[in-house]
Amino acid sequence: MPRESFMREVRELQDEMLAMGSMAEKAIARAIEALTTRHVMTARQVIEDDDLLDEKRTEIERQALLLIATQQPVASDLRTIAAVMTVATELERIGDYAEGIAKICISIAGEPALPPITIIPRMADRASDMLDRSLDAFIGRDVEAAKRIWNEDDQIDELYDEVYHELLAFMIADPTTINRATRLLWASHNLERIADRVTNICESTVFMVLGQIDEIKTPELAR
Amino acid sequence: MAPTRAGGSMSDIPGHADSGAVAIPRQPAQALEADHVVEVRNLSLWYGDSQALTNVSMGFPRNKVTALIGPSGCGKSTLLRTINRMNELIPGVRTEGEVRLNDVDVYGKNVDAVEVRRRVGMVFQKPNPFPRSIRENILYGAKINGYRGDYDELVERSLRQAAIWDEVKANLKRSGLALSGGQQQRLCIARAIAISPEVLLMDEPASALDPISTVKIEDLMRELVANYTIIVVTHNLQQAARVSDYTGFMLSDEQIKGQLVEFGATNDIFTAPKDKRTEDYITGRFG
Repeated sequence: MPRESFMREVRELQDEMLAMGSMAEKAIARAIEALTTRHVMTARQVIEDDDLLDEKRTEIERQALLLIATQQPVASDLRTIAAVMTVATELERIGDYAEGIAKICISIAGEPALPPITIIPRMADRASDMLDRSLDAFIGRDVEAAKRIWNEDDQIDELYDEVYHELLAFMIADPTTINRATRLLWASHNLERIADRVTNICESTVFMVLGQIDEIKTPELAR
Repeated sequence: MAPTRAGGSMSDIPGHADSGAVAIPRQPAQALEADHVVEVRNLSLWYGDSQALTNVSMGFPRNKVTALIGPSGCGKSTLLRTINRMNELIPGVRTEGEVRLNDVDVYGKNVDAVEVRRRVGMVFQKPNPFPRSIRENILYGAKINGYRGDYDELVERSLRQAAIWDEVKANLKRSGLALSGGQQQRLCIARAIAISPEVLLMDEPASALDPISTVKIEDLMRELVANYTIIVVTHNLQQAARVSDYTGFMLSDEQIKGQLVEFGATNDIFTAPKDKRTEDYITGRFG
């Protein structure tokens, strides 16, 4: 069989990417857990584990470059490797956003909790679920699913607006909450950014399958 | 635009065909839809009973490098050789369809094959300099064609264009065969361009050369394309990707011998080919 070992290495590269995706999902979940339970130890663990995500990304990049240098892939093979490299970068950034949330958790741990914290976990669940399905769509070469997930970003934006207005109300009502509320706003902004990164993963899937490098501009699918 | 060249012009060469011969213009008599120096239309070819090309239609854009790729036996070299009527030299060859050079059918009545070959030069896989001096290699074709310009100037200009002047200028009386393989191939390119062709056909021009010589030939192709239209047959897909502006993928299968499967910008062919067979070939899944 021609290029059997090459195909195996491309599959392994994608497996590494999926493993990295799981690490990023776990980072989001634990950062939110730390934020809601105000558990500083968990937050510290998220910060520490982010190094592993960074290492994984470096390793994926190294393997991808090695495949390009030694196998000179073209067409769909090249697009797959390029897309994996892009996704690895996105996952690394998603990890950074989770780490940012963990740092916020530590910074406000000494202050009393604020009620709107319930919307933030909802946002996190949505974003994490989008991430999970975006990686499934990538592996399954499912362009339609990728476009559908891309469209869901608007729901995250709406949740972010909701959090924003609620926290604003707190700050107006009680200026002593400004520090906590502002930091929680940052945390939800990080979640909003995570969803944006997921849309980039969806675009990578479209590029990998169809060779279209443009942003998904006119989603044909209903929301 | 017609290619412009520094120095003397080959318009000094008188026509050597019979007075009734059809002259092939430097530009099509009427503007074509696209600026194709060579246009192949519904071309089929047989070696005896065996079909080698089937209904190939494609255009070769002026001042561009077009690569023809495909597995062995796909008809790419055959197609290349139809463009300057080299296949005619093989007994039993029959062609149907048209090959138009500046909109004149090179297989048309009263078109002189020698004139076609002067206008469409060729470089082969194995460097084949004449067993003569470097200078004589360059001047040979020009003299046959009745060149009346300055010989020294022609030799220098041709060798410079082929990026070999600096390496050989010290002793132009040296035998062409005394050069290295890579130098010999560049000498052959210099010899081909000395008679001012418009099109250069290259059949695996670097496959017998080492990597350094190969890079030199590839660089040279990119330079020459400012003045010439280059059509190159290559088995080296990376080479096609590196040097060509356009790529045609050819294939022979059980049903159809020597078909053009896909033609397009090289950037598109090597990143997102449209035909699954092209994709499978360039990614090494067959062939």
